[in-house]
Amino acid sequence: MKVHLTINGYKKEFHVEVGEFLLDTLRNHNYTSVKKGCDSTTCGVCTVLLDGKPVPSCSLLTVKADGHEITTVEGISKEASDLSEHFGHEGADQCGYCNPSLALNVHALKNEIRDPNDEDIKEYLVGNLCRCTGYEAQHKAIKSYLEEEK
Amino acid sequence: MIDLNVNEYVKPDSLRVAYDVLISDSKNQIIGGGAWIKMASNKEINTLIDLSNLNLNKITSTDLEFKIGAYVSLHELERFEELNKYYDGIIRQAIKEIMGVGIRNLATVGGSIMGKFSFSDLYGVLIAVDASLEFYQQGIISVREFLENKRFDKDILLHVIIPKKKAKGFFKKVKTTALDFAILNVCVVKDGRFEIVIGARPGIATRAVRTSEFLDGKDIDDKVIEEALDILEEEIKFSKNAKASKEYRSDLALVYVKRGIKEVIK
Repeated sequence: MKVHLTINGYKKEFHVEVGEFLLDTLRNHNYTSVKKGCDSTTCGVCTVLLDGKPVPSCSLLTVKADGHEITTVEGISKEASDLSEHFGHEGADQCGYCNPSLALNVHALKNEIRDPNDEDIKEYLVGNLCRCTGYEAQHKAIKSYLEEEK
Repeated sequence: MIDLNVNEYVKPDSLRVAYDVLISDSKNQIIGGGAWIKMASNKEINTLIDLSNLNLNKITSTDLEFKIGAYVSLHELERFEELNKYYDGIIRQAIKEIMGVGIRNLATVGGSIMGKFSFSDLYGVLIAVDASLEFYQQGIISVREFLENKRFDKDILLHVIIPKKKAKGFFKKVKTTALDFAILNVCVVKDGRFEIVIGARPGIATRAVRTSEFLDGKDIDDKVIEEALDILEEEIKFSKNAKASKEYRSDLALVYVKRGIKEVIK
């Protein structure tokens, strides 16, 4: 089936099986910042933005995304880079596998909730698992990033 | 890589066409958000029907009720501020504890209902607030009736209707981790009368009718609550699964129903 997606502002056409998930379509076409983790909707590392909203691409059929805008971390590279500075400062980076999805979720959080408090941040990012950091350093980094962005 | 075994995908421009496709083959089915579709990965699907073009993604509010389109995402409903003014905000509370924001952006209200998931946190509150469902062919029925009936499985859910009542509400989901399904969920609503609903028993949410009726019209004190809990223990069936034992669920229910009753009589 022919599918049209706008990925990071560029119009793309793909030929996919009806039962193919967006994660596989993206990775098969070298969008490898979109990571494969649990592949069962739990870990969040496959997150992309669908029309600006974070969704797990492992559970979104590519055909369902037809005609929509997809953003990967490359589409928010300036913000991701700024956030990365805060991660470095707080020691919130270890393996980095969850970072692209986390950056996308922070971007969405910033757009959706004005002046989020600690609880808002925790609730919004609960679907983004990290097996390295224990979250505390990430939380501090995200908070200081959001403060700076005000 | 998990691929679904699906032959065709259609996006009809009218309900009539969508319905005709749905009933033309028992292996045709409607896709809501698709958030849970991986659960169907061993199921053969002929045609998936996407209702995105049918304007079912709106929430409307009148003096008496909210009308929520079946394609409204769980996160959109959660962020719909006006809903929080009713039932002490328990509808939002129940939704926001369903996995992460990403899944709630995909999952639709309609898909969550038509899936009849026994672990659902949404069912308990919808039953407790006496929400109704509007179907394309069979009209409006209560969520309570829907759960007892299979004749709606081949119909198209259009809207969920939530009455606006300034009732008191209590909701509690017990889970082992932030992203987990419920071990048990408890909902208590008081709008003159009591309505107690227990979900993830692990069976689908059910009303504690006798318990609620026992409480109605009484001056509630600790003794009355203890008597009500005795009725609840007898009335509601719990069982075990990998998440929890029957006894643990029963104990949890007694504790949280007690807290719920105390909360809604404040």
